[in-house]
Amino acid sequence: MSHKFMPHSDKEIKEMLDVIGVASIDDLYSDVPEEVMFTREYNIPSAMSEIELRKHFKELAEKNKSLTIFAGGGAYDHYSPSVIPHILSRSEFYTAYTPYQPEISQGTLQYIFEYQSMITELTGLEATNASMYDGATAAAEAMFMMVASAKKKNRVLISATVGEKIRKVVETYTRFHGIELTVIPEKDGATDLDSLYAELEKGDVAGALLPTPNKYGIIEDFKGVSDKIHEKKAYFAIYADPSSLAVLKTPAQWGADVACGDGQTLGMPLTFGGPYLGFISCNKSMIRKIPGRIVGATTDADGKRAFVLTLQAREQHIRREKATSNICSNQSLMALYATIYVSLLGDKGLKEVNELACDGAHYLYDRLIESKKFHAVYNKPFLKEFVVSSDLDMKKVNEYLLKNGIMGPLLLEDGKVEFAVTEKRSKEEIDRLVKLMLEA
Amino acid sequence: MKTYDKIIFELSKEGRQGYSLPKNEYKKNSLNALPKELMREKPAELPEVSELDVVRHFTNLSSKNFGVDTGFYPLGSCTMKYNPKINEELCVLPEFTSLHPLQDEESVQGALELYWNLQNMLSEIAGLEEFTLNPYAGAHGELTGLMVMKKYHESRGDKKRTKVIVPDSAHGTNPASAMVAGLEVVEVKSKPNGSIDVEDLKPLLDDTVAGIMMTNPNTLGMFETEINDIAKLVHDAGGLLYYDGANLNPLLGKVRPGDMGFDIMHINLHKTFSTPHGGGGPGSGPVGVAAHLVKHLPNPRVVKDENGKFHIEASDDSLGSISTFLGNFGVMIRAYAYILSLGKENIKNVGPLATLNANYIKESLKDDYLLPIEGVCKHEFVFDGLKDKSTEVTTLNVAKRLLDYGFHAPTIYFPLLFHESMMIEPTETESKDTLDEFIDVMHKIAKEAKETPEVVKEAPNNTIVRKLDETTAAKNPILTFKALKESQQ
Amino acid sequence: MSKVLDDRKYADSHEWAKLDGDIATIGISDYAQHALGNIVYVDMPEVGDEVTKGEDFGAVESVKAASDLLSPLSGEVVEVNEELSDKPELLNEDANENWIIKVKVSDPSEYDELLNAEEYKKICEE
Repeated sequence: MSHKFMPHSDKEIKEMLDVIGVASIDDLYSDVPEEVMFTREYNIPSAMSEIELRKHFKELAEKNKSLTIFAGGGAYDHYSPSVIPHILSRSEFYTAYTPYQPEISQGTLQYIFEYQSMITELTGLEATNASMYDGATAAAEAMFMMVASAKKKNRVLISATVGEKIRKVVETYTRFHGIELTVIPEKDGATDLDSLYAELEKGDVAGALLPTPNKYGIIEDFKGVSDKIHEKKAYFAIYADPSSLAVLKTPAQWGADVACGDGQTLGMPLTFGGPYLGFISCNKSMIRKIPGRIVGATTDADGKRAFVLTLQAREQHIRREKATSNICSNQSLMALYATIYVSLLGDKGLKEVNELACDGAHYLYDRLIESKKFHAVYNKPFLKEFVVSSDLDMKKVNEYLLKNGIMGPLLLEDGKVEFAVTEKRSKEEIDRLVKLMLEA
Repeated sequence: MKTYDKIIFELSKEGRQGYSLPKNEYKKNSLNALPKELMREKPAELPEVSELDVVRHFTNLSSKNFGVDTGFYPLGSCTMKYNPKINEELCVLPEFTSLHPLQDEESVQGALELYWNLQNMLSEIAGLEEFTLNPYAGAHGELTGLMVMKKYHESRGDKKRTKVIVPDSAHGTNPASAMVAGLEVVEVKSKPNGSIDVEDLKPLLDDTVAGIMMTNPNTLGMFETEINDIAKLVHDAGGLLYYDGANLNPLLGKVRPGDMGFDIMHINLHKTFSTPHGGGGPGSGPVGVAAHLVKHLPNPRVVKDENGKFHIEASDDSLGSISTFLGNFGVMIRAYAYILSLGKENIKNVGPLATLNANYIKESLKDDYLLPIEGVCKHEFVFDGLKDKSTEVTTLNVAKRLLDYGFHAPTIYFPLLFHESMMIEPTETESKDTLDEFIDVMHKIAKEAKETPEVVKEAPNNTIVRKLDETTAAKNPILTFKALKESQQ
Repeated sequence: MSKVLDDRKYADSHEWAKLDGDIATIGISDYAQHALGNIVYVDMPEVGDEVTKGEDFGAVESVKAASDLLSPLSGEVVEVNEELSDKPELLNEDANENWIIKVKVSDPSEYDELLNAEEYKKICEE
């Protein structure tokens, strides 16, 4: 029965069976009713050696195409410093369990504390949890949090300018949970604030979730929004890109009570959609409603500084069906990823990343408009992602780009297309993109 | 580096940097051209550190951690098996990590093939029709599975089925997931051996029941021998059976949840299929269903056409989306590599050897530790603390003393059926030598409890930090470096 | 041995109530605080909230446990003990003295249905 992952020799198995007092391993399953015993072999492939496994993966890998990416839509091709995978591959981090035994988990607990500190700095709010699965589930949980905090109000608002895929997840969560969800329409590419205020007037709103930058890449202006929301005793949540918060007005400055979003933009590889990192921050008054794990600083028996999971009485393993959320895990290793990334870049590096992306995006935008084949759609400020309309057959253009190793823009409705540019794209690559699109 | 005690913010020196970026060739300054009222005023206070500062800091932090590669985790219900290194090599292949989730299907056929192959292997292993790999973790899988259950009843116009039955011995996540899915929780009693009390179940099964959530082996590691009767009762009442895959490991090679009558289940890839726990995530919680429920699985789904091409699809019968894209793909790569490394010849031994290991520890320790349920267990079992209660040494004390001896603690104070629960699960990847060392240490602690109980009660004594003040941490939460600095002023 | 007082009545869910006119003062019993251990947080309603007999109006948390507070009487909250926000440990120090909320009761007859000190003592001994 021996295999490199199962170190049992026949002799040892015999010795162990003797201690247990049974004749065979099958006897350990004698309590299983015969009708449910599985007696054949699984219909799956035979064991592969490492040599064969590497070959198989090479074959699979060759069926994928690594592209030069000019699209976003919730996942962005940012620069990932070399240091990060090296540290993440330390097995003291990645083979560790959840830090429930703080005495032997200070490494995990401390990086989560550092992560919380950094995200809190970026959002400007007072606290951040140990992380969520992704931006979409963080947004859904932000809705639950606002309903739990608002008490006796069961309706939440979401802007139509929140990314489609995020909204779909929020829609699923609220529908099943029994929370009413109203979509606030968009106007000229941004949240229609008059519609928002009209919904608030009805008095039954627990909270509203608005994005910036939004699904079109537009930086929304929330002047006066928080006063209007708070007047109606509702909560204000902002869906934000944490990378952008080094330069854009923070959720705290906008007067938000909650901030959430996806931390993928903090240098995480695209990896076909995951693992990424959801984050959720709030002010201290809402901290008992925040889902999931949180790490706090404390001291040990000798007075030494140490870290520990805290506020656990909120969580599912204690509160059962009374908990605000069912989340058990966090994206711990991805939180470590973000922590190392932010440590390396610091405020200055994050600003530079934003500058490069913003300049690149504006450079591409200008080139497109100059070409006269693309036209402005919204006259609103944007950072690294933007929408234009095109006279070209963009489906065909994208096919041509793909042949040339490029992921072109996302195709929206009515001939609109959406580009994203990060600091990884050079001026040369942008020039080539424009040239290829025009000759397609 | 036991003495290292810096927080990354404390290493900060103005002007240091740990990154390099290309020179800006655009001459645009477009950031400054954005409206001032949309921009951040005060900069974020983040560390300014060099690359070496960062590398040393996190390397030192890693040395304050215990992992599977450090030592043995007898952690019940968590299946802390070895995380094969080849998986870590394969999951960082650039042809996978560079893929944008919205890339043209044509350019991601290899990734979709992997997803599809894995969902099929899981279906075969579980005895169910089809899996979605989208859920991000076990709890997320539970939630998704319960949404399938609710959607199924609703799609048949059966709107009064709003209750889900959960054993009183279940983990807290089960009722919490039901609550999030908008289902009402009804508890069914457990018998002293942790099995569901069928007589208590019967009267609960009316036409408001959507289904039952259970795990088998149960929370005490004992096989639910009445599973056939339970399945029939629940199905006859119009309900569905949900299988919590937390305890799937002992069944590999021996029993398939689908064959026991389960309609829906989740699998924790980070338990049964060896993907690393990562200090708490990312995990992956695929959900499998029987044939009549396939159409309700979450969007998007990966399908294969008659030409062997793979596609990403969404359907209106689906419960909706529960993830932005296709889940934690990076975790799936590892699980896929693990299954292929074992193959059909070896995966069938996983359950039996995990069960052998658990029974071996149980029988070797039951003279010193109180075994409330006699008989053959599966992959795990529960002691109700030390046998000799006169020493007043608690399960918590024993758990902390284990840390002193270089082992992780077992799962403690769960299940709630006993006061001093100590739940032990060794997994099949541990050798007899390791188990013998653990058994020796457990005997030694039992001896210490009699002879020098104060040593055990004060444990841990030689860990990097000692017993923590959790009360103050919860009363006055200090959750950021800034708050920590303020608290010291 | 926990302190059970004659000047008030108790619910079997371990809250006490003391009625003065139509204003009831409500807290948790000494037995409850002892069972919970170090209390780190008290979740309280707001003034003006309605509470219903037998339904929860808040919760008390210790480090690793949480317990819902069930209202022994129905009515409207007229005052909450703000001191507990900063010093939840007051409940451990003296649960009989440190009340949680004051309620203007809507049905004083509910008070009669509560347990007297003797009856409550028996429950605690079980």
